[in-house]
Amino acid sequence: MYNDKVKEAFANPKNVGFIEDADGVGKVGNAACGDIMEISLKIKNDVIVDAKFRTFGCAAAIATSSTATEMVKGMTIDQALNLKNSQVVEELEGLPPQKIHCSVLAEEAIKAAIEDYQSKKK
Amino acid sequence: MQSRSIYLDNSATTYTDPEVLEEMLPYFGQVYGNASSQHFYGRDALKAVDNAREQIAKAIGCKPSEIYFTSGGTESDNWAIKGIARAHADKGRHIITSVIEHPAVIKTCNALEKEGFEVTYLPVDSEGIISLDDLEKAIRKDTTLISIMYANNEMGAIQPIREIGEIAKKYSVIFHTDAVQAVGNIPIDVAANNIDLLSMSGHKFYGPKGVGVLYKRNGLKIARFMDGGEQERNLRASTINTPAIVGIGKAIELAVQNMSENNKHIASLRDYFVSQVLDKIEDIYFNGPKDMTKRLPSNANFSFEYIEGESILMRLDMAGIAVSSGSACSSGSLEPSYVLLSIGVPIEVAHGSIRFSFGKNNTKEEVDYTVEQLVNTVKALRELSPLVKMIKGEEKYV
Repeated sequence: MYNDKVKEAFANPKNVGFIEDADGVGKVGNAACGDIMEISLKIKNDVIVDAKFRTFGCAAAIATSSTATEMVKGMTIDQALNLKNSQVVEELEGLPPQKIHCSVLAEEAIKAAIEDYQSKKK
Repeated sequence: MQSRSIYLDNSATTYTDPEVLEEMLPYFGQVYGNASSQHFYGRDALKAVDNAREQIAKAIGCKPSEIYFTSGGTESDNWAIKGIARAHADKGRHIITSVIEHPAVIKTCNALEKEGFEVTYLPVDSEGIISLDDLEKAIRKDTTLISIMYANNEMGAIQPIREIGEIAKKYSVIFHTDAVQAVGNIPIDVAANNIDLLSMSGHKFYGPKGVGVLYKRNGLKIARFMDGGEQERNLRASTINTPAIVGIGKAIELAVQNMSENNKHIASLRDYFVSQVLDKIEDIYFNGPKDMTKRLPSNANFSFEYIEGESILMRLDMAGIAVSSGSACSSGSLEPSYVLLSIGVPIEVAHGSIRFSFGKNNTKEEVDYTVEQLVNTVKALRELSPLVKMIKGEEKYV
């Protein structure tokens, strides 16, 4: 059901872990629903210089976490705030229809991390 | 195809044994007659169907005239429950079943509720077994049917069938059991256990898919399930599926012949696997009966904390190991397995559940490889999990 790109991102995910001195952390989902995604960002001059994730979830959730963190590195926070889950799915060359909601979680986690950064900055 | 292929999903289905297939083949070819036809083509086919009826009757301890062929376990369950409920509605409209039944039973009962029948869903204990006390208390004057599965498909719990049969007899309630996971895998005797109806499916014991059986005690009134021709004593219309019926007959004969030998092998692999997993992986639940005599010999079911079942399944899949998962993500629903929730597995843990079901051709070497891959998988996924935190250089889970 998963294509090779998704399988690869799932089997060898990039950016796994937690940035101890992160500037923004976003955690979305809950264990009862079987999906938790946590993304930590290092941000310099409103540019994302590093991103890491930890995910409790299915193969699609893990693959989208890996891909989304790859995509946001180097983006300004405005660009990252505009990142749509459909772009992550596109980067993965598609997900099964029942797995699209997993990519929404990645979009939400990134937004939550940036909001955390912005609220700390104030 | 993987470089390795290890099949540990024998409760989902089994392959058709070559000996069974060989027996079936002539009935696709030279013996193609309709078993209901009166000419010699038909009579040859009928002879084979009658033979299969005898093979099945012998295997479960009933008369050939009590065997009805269906399209599979789901149809048998539908027919048994709806057919009895409707045919005995003048006596009452109350049915007793359990919360851990297969959807073929649960959804059938749900459908009857919409027709105005009342259904009691008995709870199970932490090992997935119903309480006989609960059962006895649930019986009312208007109860016509008890439908309790023989053995559970997810965690292998075998119900106290003999005692349920005794209670049903004592209160003159009809007793149906969904024995899809049990038949061909553990000994069955319908007469000794007061079973009035029993469902089985061919492909769970090395027979073909698309064929099942409903055993119904002679003299018991049941409503027709399929309208049409007069096949199966005018109770289940549809052209007799001769090749598949020959297959299920041969498969059950072989299953019963080789049962003790196969089960010795299967249970020893399963027991070895369980002890290895419990020894090598922390923070897991072994779901279902701890007393191995109270579960199917083939079944092991674990929940792995902090990680999700579909990702475990997918990683094992990539390593060439086929298993199934009770996670919501595997089924496409939002809820994890209702069976595991009903035995008290916490919802977040139930998401991380895997069923391993062993078969006669699995080897110890395959089990060793599976344990090794499972250890790696769980470790890799826990490293990804935000539910696990490293504290003081020691893995500590929060």
